[in-house]
Amino acid sequence: MTLWLVLFLMTAAAIFAVLWPLSRHGAVRRSGSDIAVYRDQLAEIERDLAAGLIGAAEAEAARVEVSRRLLAAAGTSGVHAQGVDRPRALWHRRVAALAALVLMPAGAAVLYLMLGSPFLAGAPFAGRQDVPFEQRSIESMVAQVESHLEKNPQDGRGWEVLAPVYMRLGRFEDAVKARRNAVRLLGATPAREADLGEALAAAANGIVTAEAKAAFDRALAGDRDNVKAQYFAGLAAEQDGRAADAARIWRTLLQTAPVNAGYRTLIEDSLARVDSGAAAPNPGADDIAAAESLSPKQRAEFVRGMVERLAARLKSDGSDAEAWLRLVRAYLVLGEAEQARSAARDARNAVAGDAEKIKRLDDGLRRLGIEG
Amino acid sequence: MIAEIGHYALVLALLLAFIQGVLPIAGVRLRDNALAGTGEPLAIAQFCFVALSFAALTACYVTSDFSVFNVFQNSHSAMPLLYKFTSVWGNHEGSMLLWVLILAFFGALVALFGGNLPAALRASVLGVQAWIAISFLLFVLLTSNPFVRLAPAPFEGRDLNPLLQDIGLALHPPFLYLGYVGFSIAFAFAVAALIEGRIDAAWARWVRPWTLAAWIFLTLGIALGSYWAYYELGWGGWWFWDPVENASFLPWLSGTALLHSAVVMEKREALKVWTILLAILTFSLSLVGTFLVRSGVLTSVHAFATDPARGVFILTILIVFIGGALALYAWRAPLLRQGGVFAPISREGALVFNNLFLTVACATVFIGTLYPLALEALTGDKISVGAPFFNATFIPLALPLLFAMPFGPLLAWKRGDLYGAAQRLIAAFAIAILVGAATAALTKGGAILAPFAIGLAVFVMAGALTDVVERAQLFRQPWPVAWRRLVGLPRSAFGTALAHFALGVTLIGIVCESYFTAERISTIRPGDTVAISGYEISFDGLVARQGPNYREVSGKLIVRRNGDVVGMLTPGKRTFPARGNSTSEAALLTRGFSQIYVSLGDPNPDGSAAMRIYHKPMVLLIWLGALLMAGGGLLSLSDRRLRVGAPKPAKKTALQPAQ
Repeated sequence: MTLWLVLFLMTAAAIFAVLWPLSRHGAVRRSGSDIAVYRDQLAEIERDLAAGLIGAAEAEAARVEVSRRLLAAAGTSGVHAQGVDRPRALWHRRVAALAALVLMPAGAAVLYLMLGSPFLAGAPFAGRQDVPFEQRSIESMVAQVESHLEKNPQDGRGWEVLAPVYMRLGRFEDAVKARRNAVRLLGATPAREADLGEALAAAANGIVTAEAKAAFDRALAGDRDNVKAQYFAGLAAEQDGRAADAARIWRTLLQTAPVNAGYRTLIEDSLARVDSGAAAPNPGADDIAAAESLSPKQRAEFVRGMVERLAARLKSDGSDAEAWLRLVRAYLVLGEAEQARSAARDARNAVAGDAEKIKRLDDGLRRLGIEG
Repeated sequence: MIAEIGHYALVLALLLAFIQGVLPIAGVRLRDNALAGTGEPLAIAQFCFVALSFAALTACYVTSDFSVFNVFQNSHSAMPLLYKFTSVWGNHEGSMLLWVLILAFFGALVALFGGNLPAALRASVLGVQAWIAISFLLFVLLTSNPFVRLAPAPFEGRDLNPLLQDIGLALHPPFLYLGYVGFSIAFAFAVAALIEGRIDAAWARWVRPWTLAAWIFLTLGIALGSYWAYYELGWGGWWFWDPVENASFLPWLSGTALLHSAVVMEKREALKVWTILLAILTFSLSLVGTFLVRSGVLTSVHAFATDPARGVFILTILIVFIGGALALYAWRAPLLRQGGVFAPISREGALVFNNLFLTVACATVFIGTLYPLALEALTGDKISVGAPFFNATFIPLALPLLFAMPFGPLLAWKRGDLYGAAQRLIAAFAIAILVGAATAALTKGGAILAPFAIGLAVFVMAGALTDVVERAQLFRQPWPVAWRRLVGLPRSAFGTALAHFALGVTLIGIVCESYFTAERISTIRPGDTVAISGYEISFDGLVARQGPNYREVSGKLIVRRNGDVVGMLTPGKRTFPARGNSTSEAALLTRGFSQIYVSLGDPNPDGSAAMRIYHKPMVLLIWLGALLMAGGGLLSLSDRRLRVGAPKPAKKTALQPAQ
């Protein structure tokens, strides 16, 4: 309501700005003229002459010139200077006043209602700080913690509080950053490492990447019974195509889990999944089906996750020639020829002692178009 | 609510501008005193409403009201208060609002201080001014509205471009716009004169203060922009012949020409048609500059947003105003009476020489700036016209102009004595030769052009002093007489001398910076010392610091000369997380007019860092000269006296018409 009142007063002021000058008939209005300018110029010549800045002959010549201008100006000023001083027709002013009274408010109203948002209240930053806690949106609270951390980036507790919120909001990249900071600032514990691994996996669309796997391994090294790390170790095994390993890890986990633990269903479901398709060798049919339902970008990430894990596994145990060939092919599919060549070199080094494997590897590489 | 008040105020300003565009001109046509008299109150009211609108937007920025889209995009609640003010115009929409505000401001100034103008001319000027305001108010409201709202309001803003988070943003755009937009008054005067079909020496008298004021602001605006680029971009350069810089330089060149031709017109009533054309061209170049910078044709720090709709809109404004004014000119100019005659060797002749070179230089820069754009638009070929082109074309044009400059003020009106002027400049010339020779002797092996250019600069400066000395007849008359004459000189004479002198000052700065700058680029470890131009600079290591909305890593360098500590330099690199980009903060140490300039590259993990270290001798003279030029303009502006060119009569008693 206040807004409309203010807008009304502003309109009234604008109308007044048009009507007021129209009402000033008869008032004498200041008006300069060129004659005044030339008179001043003549006076200037006299001053310059008196100060000795110009000679008498020059002054005379200048006087002649300016006088000519003065005469010319006086000749036209009959039309010019009084040009706007003729008796005024009343209808001129009536039309102008009508325009101010009707057209201006109407035009302003139409234009403003088209462009403006009169029903939207302002939201100054300070005002929004006073909103009761329960009414604040989660984003606003996150932003507040973020701005706090911006000023105090060494506050590990803050990062740890923020991380699960990021996870819930689906901001996995930010969650990874927060978890890393928590590990760095508060020290590595099995639980924090497992949380970091979880965030990494979530950021990779649920794929347990080599980096995530490393985090879980660190967690398990510190605490063999860490539930989260065990679950993801199983998941990593499943995604690697080692369904039996996955099933074994999860069974152990179920045996030690309390009867009322909330995560039992998740593990039972996972177990059922690997048990039904246990016969399927590496990359599980599920994975492939899952890969097909993904968007191209997600699929690329999915493939990359698998490739990373395969490469990590071959680095520690490089005896499987078939696995090496899979890795080289994967790099070629991803368009990374350089990586593929380097993997082929690594493969030859790894299987160097076994003639049978070397032959298989070379055949395979030749088929892939990489000459030995 | 504040944002909506501002929005509505802008709408009202538009409607007031419409009325101001119609009633005063109708009043002049119908010879109706009352209608013609509506111009001034309307111009003042229009200014009040635009100012209210601008104040509302500022309030939204200061209170971080992110329900305003513009504020959300260009501000951050943690930004220091100064930048909350300046970020109002640190973006496309807000800067256009500032443009409109300044336009309305000049309109209000004409209304308030135009009392010496004939009522009809004043009404026409305000009417023309209103049409410019209408087009830009429409542009702001329809394509670049800063009052667009967001619901719900985001919690935090996206921050201002870090390069703009600097005191430079507080000064450079307002001054530049005061210059750009100030020329709209000269334009309005020219169009009003063409509509009336009547123009004489008095017109030049009336338009003089407005042109001068705009020129002063533009000079300061360009200098500020140049200094800002020098210390903020971290390259140590002060002028890049970048299209955006050229866009501001073009109206300056033609504005300078206008300033000089208007003198001829005021004093001798000659060059009338040419002066009108220059007034139109100068503002047209301001519009072209606005178009280039605001349409997104160019990408630079100035191109806040690229939106084709805006480009087309400004292009339309451009075509309507420039095309319309030039058509009016073609139609009406032949009707104007020609004024005084003069010989080629005369003050007028010298000013024509000045105009000739300035406009050709302006055309050269114009072609160099627009040709690549036109070529890209027509054929898709990208070419780059850079410093080599401008150095090869602009400098040969500037040199004769500078050489001729001291002669101009010494020549008499109507017919001058070149030999006499040369005689009076002998002393200046001798000093110039001496200084040039000294420079050549002191800097062995340097560029041959440097001593020559320094000599030229000294000639310009000494020539400007000669002008004052000659007018006061300092060494010819007894001291008391000479002193009386000196005091009696009009302030505009001092203004002219100061501005001409300042050009020499700037030239010295440019030459020294170009030819004698020392540069070291290297990776420096903590504890290392670098020697440059007699200074030893030792690196103490890097320090990390947390700013209000950024993190900064800065290096600490101690500067010594002959073992004595003369100062400390802390170049930094700032990272702004809200936008995820960073800026380099160069550190400057001023010694006299020279500066040591250090900009920090990326720090390495081992604590060492890449650094660019320059010693720039006399570099501050570049901007000091610009300040003095503006000072000269101000002196001239403060001179309330009128200018009369007393023509020197021919030796024979009868006045001969001379060509």
